[in-house]
Amino acid sequence: MDFAPSSSNAALLGDGPAGAPAYLPPTDPILMKLMVTGPFGVGKTTFVRTLSEIPTLHTEETMTAAGAPVDDVSRTPGKTATTVAVDFGRLTLADGDFVLYLFGTPGQRRFLPLWEDLARGALGALVLVDTRRLADAFDAMDLIEEAGLPYTVAVNRFPDTPPIALDAVRAALDLDPATPLVELDARVREGCVDALIALTQHVLDRLPQESAP
Amino acid sequence: MTTPPRRRLVPAYLATHGRTAAAGTRPLDRLSVLHAAADLPAGLGGEHRQLWELVRPGALTLAEAAAHLRLPVSATVFIAADLAERGALSVRAPIPSAQPVNRDLAERLLSGLRALK
Repeated sequence: MDFAPSSSNAALLGDGPAGAPAYLPPTDPILMKLMVTGPFGVGKTTFVRTLSEIPTLHTEETMTAAGAPVDDVSRTPGKTATTVAVDFGRLTLADGDFVLYLFGTPGQRRFLPLWEDLARGALGALVLVDTRRLADAFDAMDLIEEAGLPYTVAVNRFPDTPPIALDAVRAALDLDPATPLVELDARVREGCVDALIALTQHVLDRLPQESAP
Repeated sequence: MTTPPRRRLVPAYLATHGRTAAAGTRPLDRLSVLHAAADLPAGLGGEHRQLWELVRPGALTLAEAAAHLRLPVSATVFIAADLAERGALSVRAPIPSAQPVNRDLAERLLSGLRALK
């Protein structure tokens, strides 16, 4: 199970749910959800941890080997179920008017049913890519397009990443010209905030203009 | 060498008293906001009590509650629905007016994000 390492590391680093719960502000905030996805090891958990105001939490989501999420326990076959850890964090904005949830989710095609369930109600998705293995991001982009979510692609620069022009990345990923492409270091807050701004602007651009009252 | 996540001692189907669907309740999802609303009804213990105690001091989303209790989201949905049905838990939708995301909300979110810089 290739997602186990990141969640186990998070637990070892004390990022688990051991601490006192951080309750929501008493402002009755509007809650919104963004998905953070991409191939294994691309930096999803790091991105969520960089932006989250609470220690990253994770839930265990059960899937059968066939790829269907197990919601009906009467049909649980037992032996073939696998567990996927989903990391998430949150960010309070606008003096408590909004709380934005960031869900770091696996971007592999075999997680389609889980992905659809997690993405329900999401505003959009950020796809993290590693320029040394761009093709690994295709699955995540397919999942998002099937879910009909607007998305933005962010190149996560690793210290040993060879330089590559964003235009070349755009061409290699065959991105729609309207899809934003940004660059960040998942450990550095400013670029991560910029990526969320680019994504939210893109979401806004795609929403229909409201007619004047 | 990493250690696997700790296993729960009570399987999900026992935590939900063997039920696989909650009847007559509003749909709950990961971002439903849970807050204890009244005393815990007599006779409810175990995971029901744990969830109720967790959200007594303040509100949490269902996903956060599941993570703190180390329960699967699906089991937490059933327990929360059970408590809500008995009036022990208030549940509200992520967007209070249940409106779809519109330009006004997206614009306010955008300015909130810009204010982080």
